[in-house]
Amino acid sequence: MSSSPPEAAASTGRAALLQAAPLALVLAGFFVLPLLATAVVSFWDYTEYSLVPAVTLRNYREMFEGCLTFGPDWPCTTVRTYLSTLKFCLLVWGFTLVIGFTVAYFLAFHLRSDTTRTALFLLCTAPFLTSNVIRMISWIPLLGREGAVNRSLIALKITDQPLDWLLFSDFSVVLAFVHLYTLFVTVPVFNSLMRIDRRLIEAARDAGASGWQILWHVIIPLARPGIVIGSIFVIVLVMGDFVTIGVMGGQQIASVGKVIQVQMSYLQFPAAAAQAVVLLALVLLIIVALTRAVDIRREL
Amino acid sequence: MAHRTKGGPGRREFMLGAAAAALAAPAVHAQGAVVLRYVGTAVNQHAGIKDKVKQDLGITIEYVPVTSDDVVRRAVTQPNSFDILDSEYWMLKKIIPSGNLVGMDARRIKLVDEITPVFTKGEIAGRRIGDQGTAPKKVMYLPARDGKTFSATPTQWLTLIPTVYNADTLGIRPDKINRPITSWSELLNPEFKGKASILNIPSIGIMDAAMVVEATGQHKYADKGNMTRAEIDLTMRVLTEAKRAGQFRAFWKDFNESVNLMASGETVIQSMWSPAVTKVRSMGVPCIYQPLKEGYRAWAGGLGIPKTLSGRKLDATYDFINWFLSGWAGAFLNRQGYYAAVLSTAKANMQPYEWDFWMEGKPAAQDIKAPDGTVMEKAGAIRDGGSYEARMGAVACWNAVMDENDYMVRKWNEFIAA
Repeated sequence: MSSSPPEAAASTGRAALLQAAPLALVLAGFFVLPLLATAVVSFWDYTEYSLVPAVTLRNYREMFEGCLTFGPDWPCTTVRTYLSTLKFCLLVWGFTLVIGFTVAYFLAFHLRSDTTRTALFLLCTAPFLTSNVIRMISWIPLLGREGAVNRSLIALKITDQPLDWLLFSDFSVVLAFVHLYTLFVTVPVFNSLMRIDRRLIEAARDAGASGWQILWHVIIPLARPGIVIGSIFVIVLVMGDFVTIGVMGGQQIASVGKVIQVQMSYLQFPAAAAQAVVLLALVLLIIVALTRAVDIRREL
Repeated sequence: MAHRTKGGPGRREFMLGAAAAALAAPAVHAQGAVVLRYVGTAVNQHAGIKDKVKQDLGITIEYVPVTSDDVVRRAVTQPNSFDILDSEYWMLKKIIPSGNLVGMDARRIKLVDEITPVFTKGEIAGRRIGDQGTAPKKVMYLPARDGKTFSATPTQWLTLIPTVYNADTLGIRPDKINRPITSWSELLNPEFKGKASILNIPSIGIMDAAMVVEATGQHKYADKGNMTRAEIDLTMRVLTEAKRAGQFRAFWKDFNESVNLMASGETVIQSMWSPAVTKVRSMGVPCIYQPLKEGYRAWAGGLGIPKTLSGRKLDATYDFINWFLSGWAGAFLNRQGYYAAVLSTAKANMQPYEWDFWMEGKPAAQDIKAPDGTVMEKAGAIRDGGSYEARMGAVACWNAVMDENDYMVRKWNEFIAA
């Protein structure tokens, strides 16, 4: 049975659709639908024990209550919470980029042997064999008031009072984040660096460029896709986090995730949904801005 | 991120609401041994009780440990996912209106008349005790089996059969404070700047703060467990000022966090649970569960049954509950510093020296040991706060859900962000 060309085209079209269908269905069922549901519920009303499916702006109004009146209480809770989360984002992003890039650079350019490179790369991933909660919690006995660091500092006579800011502070939160997420920058950057044509570097050197100039004008621009991907990982993870901020901040530092968690625990699902929608919108905006800086799809 | 998606199934099921309830048929009753799914917080899910039930009744208890928030969430959104709900009394104000728990028939509870008057009348040895907040007597009875409101007077239908309850206060490190602590006001005393802690559970944290506000004479609440908006504002302002001044080292949310904060010297004064104090002490660190002149904040838990339960499983659940009140479990819980609902049967299952120590406030005649044999208290020790009557008699308020709960939660988030 032979079919004429238009029929063949139609059947390959159908086949392609069929082939894409399973993934599309899974995504529709487990990603798009819940997301839509969240958006819809964010406009619902609620009581102590039930959802009221009536369209209301209550959740958004309560979320931004006081945000537009610039009185002595400004910034309002929501703005304050986002500012705090964004501050952690920027700090963690900065540190993980510098450290992650340095490690990736060392692995990609300083090591001559592939075996050493693979071995050291695997070594970088070794901490990931334990749970990230455990890696985070293990800082607590180290940094505590009577912890190892404070005891050493006192023994070395560097300080006579234990330093309280080591734990349950902005410092400990950033430290734990950097510790947890640097690898998420290292890996994509390393990948980008390994793809750089070494002859470009030789050419730059032949043309008289210094080491810094090569780094700045050749390597970093070519590593841009890795840097952007790593940045997206780190920013998304920090924006949505509430466990690390909670544990390392002694539950005294606000985060959007924590607000959502508290609301969920009091069955205020619509309020939590509204928070989630705003958070999602903000993170999407950041990702759009980042992908504007580099066309990931083309560069991969 | 993974933690946030955890609520996904619950939320979806929640929205589908009635549809899900109608669709999900009760599990097929397997012949043979009955398995009861027991949802509650891990603190009450003792392997010892489970083993003893299996041995005595042949019923298999399948513990489903969840956080206290999830107990409410499960009860409201997934009434098919359990056969026994181990809930706290304050949660009932959220659960009962959903209609997912039904009243238990008092005629099927053998020792119903023996349940301590703390629950049935709100009194102890004939004396009335504090009933601010969600005192158990307020939510103990339903007007009918499937009632969605509470009955103020005793009826045949009980919401929960009480299992365990206690009076909470502040834990302190006597070795680091070196002076007597007698009032809740010490929690926010600047002397302990950077060394205090409270629970990061809004409805409980705010009541501890209210105890402080009253102790310092700033305000007298009509009901600490049911504040007006103005009272919530005032209480949160006091807390916020303390937080900005650096009073708190950290807030804690689970048992182990509170133990670690205290044992590692991060805090010297904090709200705490009784077994946590015992745990700190058993680590060799001095810690006192300090009775305070303003009284205790009490809580109580009990077992409830979902409306979906019927047939053999329902019978087995009643058997289990009757067994729970019959003494072995009560003695088991009394020995951990909690209190049992039926005291007469618990007493019969305890050694006299144990009863004297835990319930009468007398010095321990010999070493008090945990079930695993480790020494909890040396001979001669006296329980902090003294006897059952002294401790439960001094209850000032009960863990609660306020009418202004939404507002309170928003204010709490504001406080954390401050």
